Amino acid sequence: MSERTIELEILRYNPATDEAPWYQTYTVPCQEEWVVLDAINYVKDHLDSSLSYRWSCHMAVCGSCGMMINGEPMLSCKAFLRDFGRKIRVEPLSHFPIERDLVVVLDDFMEKLPRVKPYIVRDQEKPIEEGEYKQKPFELYEFKQYSMCINCMLCYAACPQYGLNSEFIGPAALALAHRYNKDSRDEGRDQREEITAAHDGIWECSFVGACSEVCPKAVDPAGAIQQMKLASTMDWYLERLGGVGARVKRSLSSRRTSK
Amino acid sequence: METIQTDVAIVGAGGAGLRAAIALAEADPGLSITLLSKVYPMRSHTCAAEGGAAGVIKPDDSLDQHFSDTVGGGDWLCDQDAVELFINEAPRELTRLEHWGCPWSRETDGSVAVRPFGGMKIKRTWFAADKSGFHILHTLFQTSLKYPAIKRLDEVFTTDLIVVDGKVQGCCAIEMRTGQMIQVQAKAVILCSGGGGRMFPFTTNGAIKTGDGMAMAYRAGVPLKDMEFVQYHPTGLPSTGILLTEGCRGEGGVLRNKDGYRYLQDYGMGPESPLGEPVLKTMELGPRDRLSQAFWHEQQKGNTIQTQWGDCVYLDLRHLGEAKINERLPFVRDLAKSYSGVDMVTDMVPIRPVVHYMMGGIHTDITAATPLPGLFAAGECACVSINGANRLGSNSLTELLVFGRRAAESAVAYIKDSGVSVDGAAANREATAVEARIRALFDRPEGDETTAGLRQEMFDTMEGGAGIYRDEASLTATTAKLAELRQRWQTLSVRDKSAVFNTDVMQVLELGAMLDLAETVASSALERKESRGSHQRLDHTERDDTRYLKHSMASYRGETAPPAIDYLDVTITKSQPGVRDYSGAKS
Repeated sequence: MSERTIELEILRYNPATDEAPWYQTYTVPCQEEWVVLDAINYVKDHLDSSLSYRWSCHMAVCGSCGMMINGEPMLSCKAFLRDFGRKIRVEPLSHFPIERDLVVVLDDFMEKLPRVKPYIVRDQEKPIEEGEYKQKPFELYEFKQYSMCINCMLCYAACPQYGLNSEFIGPAALALAHRYNKDSRDEGRDQREEITAAHDGIWECSFVGACSEVCPKAVDPAGAIQQMKLASTMDWYLERLGGVGARVKRSLSSRRTSK
Repeated sequence: METIQTDVAIVGAGGAGLRAAIALAEADPGLSITLLSKVYPMRSHTCAAEGGAAGVIKPDDSLDQHFSDTVGGGDWLCDQDAVELFINEAPRELTRLEHWGCPWSRETDGSVAVRPFGGMKIKRTWFAADKSGFHILHTLFQTSLKYPAIKRLDEVFTTDLIVVDGKVQGCCAIEMRTGQMIQVQAKAVILCSGGGGRMFPFTTNGAIKTGDGMAMAYRAGVPLKDMEFVQYHPTGLPSTGILLTEGCRGEGGVLRNKDGYRYLQDYGMGPESPLGEPVLKTMELGPRDRLSQAFWHEQQKGNTIQTQWGDCVYLDLRHLGEAKINERLPFVRDLAKSYSGVDMVTDMVPIRPVVHYMMGGIHTDITAATPLPGLFAAGECACVSINGANRLGSNSLTELLVFGRRAAESAVAYIKDSGVSVDGAAANREATAVEARIRALFDRPEGDETTAGLRQEMFDTMEGGAGIYRDEASLTATTAKLAELRQRWQTLSVRDKSAVFNTDVMQVLELGAMLDLAETVASSALERKESRGSHQRLDHTERDDTRYLKHSMASYRGETAPPAIDYLDVTITKSQPGVRDYSGAKS
């Protein structure tokens, strides 16, 4: 087994004792195949049990361990040491208040998530006895990509707009709204649009695309937001066409929900 | 201490906890529901399940066939009334999840697709590519946001149940953000806190799988059932223990030893099925216990490959082709590539068996009720038992749904029927005592013991003595070692004295839970002098239905004593114990 030694420079902050965040450097003996999280776990187990951070699955699906690694938002369980030099700087995700050390406060996202109604909305529920909704593979394909979000918050840490205006609903929540809008079983787009197309919704996005670049699950929130802008613009024009426009809009949405 | 009053408290917000919460909100909108979790719901380990969820839906399938696959797969240790109920309700629950938006993979006609799974005679595993658990969890979590009655306490770590006059009346928890104790006074508590696979060093389980809820119930006097039955999943990545779903074999992947030979045919699971044409319930689609045991025998024969992370065999998917791998198994392709540097499209993937699931758990009846009034349990932390001595892959995700809902309905009925009310003063006294016990952890003098050190010794003794194959000597040594570790844990100090997000104290408590549970695993295994399902004894190699067609029941006897082991009859309704036949020849 090949070993190497790295220097981990980790941001520390304990609100009870520290006036400001500071950096602590740990020298960590590592295996070549380790990820940054393994090195942080080594620190916790062998050097400093007071270091606080979140992690669980170690396979890039629970979304707990997002951190800034050398200034980039990454999942520390999928940041391989082989891709870094001897010195690695680890900080909590940007744009979020620090709770302690590498733990950030997630209240803002958890409050925004229910506002976009990320669940199937229907006028009438189909009884269970009538079985499943039919959904063809191409209909599944329409939204599948946007259902892959693990809520790791890397996109919020990367989004310059969220950094400037924390009222912005932000990439992950908007992509999730889009996921349900595009689901053939759903009839809730109008309700969601009241939130997503309003102030602090999709129009806040300046299409830098940083969210899609850092997304570890290739969700492409930036693409979702642009599609939503287009759909919202269409709606705006159709509404202004009077009766004809309303009929077109009705037929467009009934096409999606006729199953 | 902050006090929260609620009708029902649920501990754990994974698949079972979220399903229970939604069922409570739907049963009675007037109920107050408090859902506690030591992590945010979407971090729960349900997210790591890959392969799928079993439920009879296709015309070529039958409830009877799912029943007999499950009971035989469990080596007849399942309670058959529970299995029957489970199988009857499974299709409804999976369909409900479909209505809630779960992105199940589809047939070309738009109906839900099913894939083959180990030990199942008919294709009946619903799947969402190879991220089924992830999609189930997020569908449930997102759907739960519809219900304002569900009050979540995220990142609140439950430490103890509050028991007053023989009834559960709530729980105590540490709010991670502030470090303050909270008492949640409740008329009923549902534990959905998951398994404790983290007591082993090499596991698919995430860091949070430390069995806290099981330990809580155990210390409160509820027996833990069938704890000796620990499932090894046959295909984990070496080094990390990352799971490569059974769906790999369901889609046609095969296992090969160092000579490229498909060795399962030598262990009662032959004859060899044609490459790319998997035959149900034989060879690579045999049950997990048999496959993991076959690995062990290959290792003894020297037929494994040596890697720096231990002995391995190969999982070969190359013949599936890139298109099918990308459609059905994109996540595991990425995992193997990233964490083992192997592209399964072009190369065979080294794998080895890895601790995955605990069949045993908190003793409940078919209504998800424990013997302790007011306490219910569902999911991996519970043992109903539908899984017996060996769970079939894809039954557990469905179990979360069926029994999560059932626990909720039972809790509602209990509250209504018993007219129970919380004795606030008595509950407060209990909670105050718990708070004092937690505070005392901080006052322990700093000694030589460390959490990581004790944990490593627990790993070594569990892997060495209570692994795939066990015997009297190994288990005796392991039980003795665990008794010693439990004593040493009493002197383990919390070095980090701060209040906010103190994971040091959390890890001390989690280790305490795991040591208690590990002792029930080893003690139950030592007493079961037979081989059945996942429990294999080198010194008692046969199944012994005369003596051990029974559930083992481990009861807590304090901090310094090992558990008392007792037995409970298995419920048999229509399937008498028989031979588990996974040879393809006879079918």
